[in-house]
Amino acid sequence: MSIETRRFVVNRVMGVLSGAAAALVILPLILVFGFLLYQGGTSLNLDFFTHTPKPVGEPGGGMANAIVGTLILIGLACGLGLPVGILGGLYVADSQDAHLPSVVRFLADVLNGVPSIVIGIFAYTLVVLPMRRFSALAGGVALGVIMIPIVLRTTEEIIRLVPASLREAGLALGLPKWKVTVRIVLTTARAGITTGVMVAIARIAGETAPLLFTAFGNRFWHHGLDQPIAALAIQVFAYAISPFDDWHRQAWAGALVLISIVFLVSLVARLATRDLQRQAR
Amino acid sequence: MADGLQVTELNAWFGTRQVLMNVNLRVPSNAVTALIGPSGCGKSTFVRCINRMHEVVPGARSSGQVLLNGDDLYGPGVDPVMVRRRIGMVFQKPNPFPTMSVFDNVAAGLRLAGVRDKNLLHDVVERALRQAALWDEVKDELYKPGSSLSGGQQQRLCIARAVAVQPEVLLMDEPCSALDPIATARIEELILDLKKDLTIVIVTHNMQQAARVSEWTGFFLMGELIEIGVTRDLFTHPREKKTEDYITGRFG
Amino acid sequence: MSEADARRGGGSQAVSLPRAFFIASGRNVWGDRLFQGCLYAVIALFLAIMVGMVGALVVESLPAARRFGLSFVFGLEWDPVQESFGALPFIYGTVVSAAVGMALAVPLGIGAAIYLAEVAPFPVRAPVGFLIELLAAVPSVVYGLWGIFVLAPFLRQWVEPALGSTLGWLPLFKGPPYGVGMLAAGLILSVMTVPFIATVGREVLLAVPNTQREAALALGATSWETTRVAVLPYGRSGLIGAVLLGLGRALGETMAVTMVIGNRPEISASLFAPGYTMASVLANEFTEATSDLYLSALVEIGLLLFVVTVLVNALARLLVWTVGGAVKGIRE
Repeated sequence: MSIETRRFVVNRVMGVLSGAAAALVILPLILVFGFLLYQGGTSLNLDFFTHTPKPVGEPGGGMANAIVGTLILIGLACGLGLPVGILGGLYVADSQDAHLPSVVRFLADVLNGVPSIVIGIFAYTLVVLPMRRFSALAGGVALGVIMIPIVLRTTEEIIRLVPASLREAGLALGLPKWKVTVRIVLTTARAGITTGVMVAIARIAGETAPLLFTAFGNRFWHHGLDQPIAALAIQVFAYAISPFDDWHRQAWAGALVLISIVFLVSLVARLATRDLQRQAR
Repeated sequence: MADGLQVTELNAWFGTRQVLMNVNLRVPSNAVTALIGPSGCGKSTFVRCINRMHEVVPGARSSGQVLLNGDDLYGPGVDPVMVRRRIGMVFQKPNPFPTMSVFDNVAAGLRLAGVRDKNLLHDVVERALRQAALWDEVKDELYKPGSSLSGGQQQRLCIARAVAVQPEVLLMDEPCSALDPIATARIEELILDLKKDLTIVIVTHNMQQAARVSEWTGFFLMGELIEIGVTRDLFTHPREKKTEDYITGRFG
Repeated sequence: MSEADARRGGGSQAVSLPRAFFIASGRNVWGDRLFQGCLYAVIALFLAIMVGMVGALVVESLPAARRFGLSFVFGLEWDPVQESFGALPFIYGTVVSAAVGMALAVPLGIGAAIYLAEVAPFPVRAPVGFLIELLAAVPSVVYGLWGIFVLAPFLRQWVEPALGSTLGWLPLFKGPPYGVGMLAAGLILSVMTVPFIATVGREVLLAVPNTQREAALALGATSWETTRVAVLPYGRSGLIGAVLLGLGRALGETMAVTMVIGNRPEISASLFAPGYTMASVLANEFTEATSDLYLSALVEIGLLLFVVTVLVNALARLLVWTVGGAVKGIRE
């Protein structure tokens, strides 16, 4: 084979190999989602969304309390994650201080890499130990801490994209600086910030590890935010490792619901980001 | 005379770099004063010192006196926010607020300052849009987004937004440099109308524009005000050689 | 009426604005100060959380650290009943499962990154990239579910017997095929890590300036040669950073691993054997900790995990940021 042909062949082969790598990377997505659809789709019925779990061994029942529990936990998490994330991102993007903004940004990146179970330990020592019981509050704190770096960094990026001329126009109109920031800059950035928040919510909706010893899970409806509460992810885990076939089927259904929420939110966020990028051009 | 703008011994710095040296200038009211000069000569900085926008840049400072109808704009206890309500500004590139409609853009200066009366806002918006020669074009589409207008319309929208708060002075920093000749002509037309209600200072690169719209013209070079006079005189019989060199195109 | 007045129309009489509009209110200054105060308060809260987290981990693990000292890290016995705690099995499990995972994820991830950044036809790039991002968004527990009911049986029935009969003389593939065990954990980790390596790797490669590629192409290089000679060397540190980011994820991954690793605190050379990782023992035993020392030992494991992942991540970010600077940190 001449050198020319060999180079051509190598080029082709490498191209195919990299494509094969990409295909192999995507393959699990199809496998996982396929199995979920197949196994979980058959178990999804109205009962699933409206009933609470039946006692051990009895067939039927659903995950209504887990679904509601997840929503409540997300709400609690947002109570911590949104103010700290959005205002923190605003600070890092706008502040003229010398060192603090980059320190905060660095710490946010560090926090982003901390395993969620370790964050769960933190919430345990902070909330569960003093309260002497597991609670929705503790779970909310854990998930909120996980949210912070995601919301903070996306908010920072979006605020940086707001043109300085808009700020100047607001100031030139005779508006105080804080009003320019809140009513003009944040308003202009709200689409991007919302996207970041949605991505963060998609992430915490699927989190299980930190909830294992904070929210703990609950087979029934919770009786207050200072009580253990069910969550979809915990329930799926508990059913998956159980010995009961019926629970296994419900685990598949729960996983299907979880993954559908996550996919939908990711898709919407992706489309919204594409629009924003097109606008910015 | 107490009315108009009186600038005395104005100096400005960005950090340690001085960009304006000892500028003394009087801007007569209800007239158009043009400021010309090559890039970087300080005319934009000068204008930003008038409405106290210069100090917003970190590390920027200024010294000297600016009187507006006798009021010291840099006096002790003077709130820069209130100064900027009395002095409006239009920028080089049109910058309407993207998430707001035409109506909301014009009303922004009032609404965000707390004015709530709907009828009042309507009246103000209509008058401002008429002053900016935009009313007829948008009166049926007041609630479309501000960014859906053409470039020239957007700039007129910004003018309407600036005049809606009824400033005494309007500063225009190269307002037509991003626009085509037709849009430029429309804006020059409305400037001639606006001066009946306000004092206008226009920074421009375009000497023909200065000659068309202004009664007074000032020539800046390297941070100094070289000459100021009646427009026609400055262009036909400039007193300073530097002015003559610039006007005849020997530099800049 | 002049023409100008006609143009302005009837509504040209000055509209009088309320007097309050023109009066300076002290509210402006207070508004600014209050807002700044809110920002700083939030930053203080964030810093408190960071400090508190490290502090809580250190303080809670002190009893165990004082009791066991260095033998905690090297101890083989994890016996809650005897209150003898050694973490080596978990450290071993974490390291080995991550190593197996990375062994597969790195070539696949970088290959996919090259595909996305250099090889793929343009209309294909966005959809394929999106699919890979979706993979990163799948919750760990869902992967674990799939691992228990699909991957592990598959390994037990087909893969492990095959490996055992062909390569069984290697200590790696000795022992009965349970299905669940180190191999399953490693495979699940590779599935979960590869999207991160691919996505960050793609950003790194895209940040390589086009002038590099053009220089190679102008010399007559083929597409692959351009990638190999001009793009990869330039992006090398960034790619290493992407791999390290993946490693950081793999080390901290909890649920999926817990569900397929078998959860037995033993050290074995075989990939077929069950194991236990640091994250898994935390997940399984935290609520079972009956004594303060038990809890403290668990928290110490959490502290170790924290330190290792933070170091790996910090190193990764350093490397990723040095390439192009255009790489966005958070979007992994």
